Amino acid sequence: MNKLSLRSFASNWTGFILLALLLLVVFPAALDDFRLNLVGKYLSFGFVVLGLVLCWGYTGILSLGQGIFFGLGGYCIAMFLKLEASTPENTAIQSTPGIPDFMDWNQLTELPFFWEPFHSFAFTVFAIMAVPAAIAFILAYAMFKRRVGGVYFAIITQAVTAVLTILIIGQQGYTGGINGITDLRTLLGWDIRTDEAHNMLYFICVVLLLGCILLGRFVLKSKLGRILVAIRDKEERVRFSGYDVANFKTFVFCAAAALAGVGGAMFTLQVGFMSPTIIGIVPSIEMVIFCALGGRLSLIGAVAGALIVNAAKTTFSEMFPELWLFAMGGLFIAVTLFFPRGLAGVVYDYVVPFLSKVFFGDKKTPPGQVAAKPAE
Amino acid sequence: MPHIGPVVESDILLALEGVTVSFDGFKAVNDLSLYIQKGELRVIIGPNGAGKTTVLDLICGRTKVSSGSIQFKETEVTKLKEHEIVRLGIGRKFQNPSIYEDLTVLENLEISYPKGRGVFGALGFRRTAEVKERINEIAEMIFLKDHLDTKAEILSHGQKQWLEIGMLLIQDPELLMLDEPVAGMSVAERVKTAELLNRIIEGRAVIVIEHDMKFVESIAHKVTVLHQGKVLAEGRMDVVQADPKVREVYLGH
Repeated sequence: MNKLSLRSFASNWTGFILLALLLLVVFPAALDDFRLNLVGKYLSFGFVVLGLVLCWGYTGILSLGQGIFFGLGGYCIAMFLKLEASTPENTAIQSTPGIPDFMDWNQLTELPFFWEPFHSFAFTVFAIMAVPAAIAFILAYAMFKRRVGGVYFAIITQAVTAVLTILIIGQQGYTGGINGITDLRTLLGWDIRTDEAHNMLYFICVVLLLGCILLGRFVLKSKLGRILVAIRDKEERVRFSGYDVANFKTFVFCAAAALAGVGGAMFTLQVGFMSPTIIGIVPSIEMVIFCALGGRLSLIGAVAGALIVNAAKTTFSEMFPELWLFAMGGLFIAVTLFFPRGLAGVVYDYVVPFLSKVFFGDKKTPPGQVAAKPAE
Repeated sequence: MPHIGPVVESDILLALEGVTVSFDGFKAVNDLSLYIQKGELRVIIGPNGAGKTTVLDLICGRTKVSSGSIQFKETEVTKLKEHEIVRLGIGRKFQNPSIYEDLTVLENLEISYPKGRGVFGALGFRRTAEVKERINEIAEMIFLKDHLDTKAEILSHGQKQWLEIGMLLIQDPELLMLDEPVAGMSVAERVKTAELLNRIIEGRAVIVIEHDMKFVESIAHKVTVLHQGKVLAEGRMDVVQADPKVREVYLGH
C-alpha cells in the first residue's frame, strides 16, 4: 500500500478499529462479568446516539424524545420474553394462568389482542425496529410536511414522550404500569439471567452496534448524507434543487427511531426488565447529552460519549447521588460552550494532527481541513 | 437570439395572468400579467418594493398567489410544491448566495445534479463518469474548475454567486430566474458574469432582476419595469429608458 492510500485508510478506519478492539478484546479481558454487563447496558444507548448523530448532528433535527423509541423497542422484546416466562405451569397460582402476572393482578382475564403477535419471535424482531419507526413516521410526516422544524419539533417530540410515558404508566393492566415489565427469564428457552448469557449478549450487542456504525457510515458517505448536511445548512436551497425535503427528514428520523428501538431491545435483554422510568423525558435528554458530549458529527465519538457519560453516571451517582444531575447539566453546558463538536472535535483538532505528524511526518494541518472530515 | 416582436401563442414558455398576492391587505403584486417566450432574456427592473422578488417567489412556488394563474409550458404551477416546479424545469437563484457552505464545490454541484432525487435514489447515487464530466463542464463554465475540492464557505462572494448559478445550470432548466446576480461583485467579476450570462441563455429563457443599470444595458434584450406591483412599461431597453413614466419613478435618480 502506498502512503496515500494507507493514509486514507488510516483516517477512515482508525477510530472504528480502535473502538472494535476496545469493545471486543480489551473490555472482555479486563472487566469482570458484572462490569462487562454494565458496559453492555451503556452500549445499548450507543444505538440511540448513532441515530442522534444522523438526525441531529447531520440533519439538524433535534429530538428530545429518543427515549420513547428506545422504550418501544425495549417493550417489544420485553413482551415477547414476558409471554415466554408466563407459561400456564409458571403461572398456575394466578386466577387466569398463562397470562403475564401483572395482568392477573389488574383483573385481566385474557391476553390483550396487541400482545398476541408477540408470541412470535420473528414478529418481535421485526417489531423492535418497525414499531418505533412507524410512530416516528407518523410524527415526522405530519410535522415535516407542514414544515414544522427546529425548536418547535423538539418541543413536540418532548410532548409526545410525556404523553406516551403517561399512557404506559396509566394502562397498568396492559403495560405493567410504573413497574414496567419485569421478571424476564428466557429467550427461546435460553436463560438470559446467567453470567454466560450476559457475556454472550454483550458480544451480540457489540457486533450489532459495530454493524450499525458501518450502516450509518454508509448512509453518511452516500449522496444522501451530503443532502442531509445540505438540509441542515440551507433547507430552502435543497427544496429548490428539486428535492422533497420532508421525505428526507422523515427518513432520517425513522432511521434514528429504528436504531433506538434496537438499543432498547438490547437494554432489556441485558438488564432483564423494561420500565417507564428508562424512557421518559429525563432519559431522553440524557441521550442527547451523550451525543453532544461525544460529538454529534461523529458516529464513533457519540458511542464513546454514551460509554463515558454512563460510566461517570454510575461512578458519581453512587458517591454523590444529589450532585449527579447538576454535574450532568454543567457538563452539557460546558460542552456546548467550549467544545461544540464534543470529544470527537477535540480528537480531530489535537490528536489527529499530532498522530499524522508522528506517522506521516505532516506539517500542522490547518483546522479547516480537519473540520471538513468529521464523518468518522 | 431571443426575438422581440409579436407574441405567438406557441412560443410562450411562461404566462402570468392577473396575478395578485396580498400580504395582510398590502398588494405586493397587483393584477400582474407577464409573458416570457422560449429562449428569451428578460430583465425586470423597478424601484425598491416594486414586487420584483415577489414575482420570482410566486413563479417558483415560494409564495402562493392570492388570485390569478401562472402557467409554465401550459402547466398550472400555482398549486404545485417547490420541488415539483423545479422538476418541471424552473431554476431559481436567490438574492444572497444560497449554497451549502459546509460542502465542497464539487458536492454542491453534485447535489444539484438532477438524478437520485428520492431518498433511496440518493442512497444509491454513484458519482459516475457521466456525472463527473457534467460537473467539470459546469465548473469550467462558472470559473471554478480549480476549486472543485474547496469548501464553499471560503469562496469569495462573487465565486459563491457563480457557484449558485452553476448549481442551477447543472439542472439544465428551461427557465432560469436570477435575483440580482451581480450584487456585491467587483467590476471584473461583473464583466465575467455578463459574459457567463450571455453564454448560458442559449437554449433557455432567463429572467433577471437587477439594479445595476450598466449591467442591465450590457445584457438586456427586453426589459419589464415594475412599479407598485404592476407593469409600468415593457420593451427594449432604450425605449423603456426614454419613457417619461419610467424616468419619473425609477431612472430619474
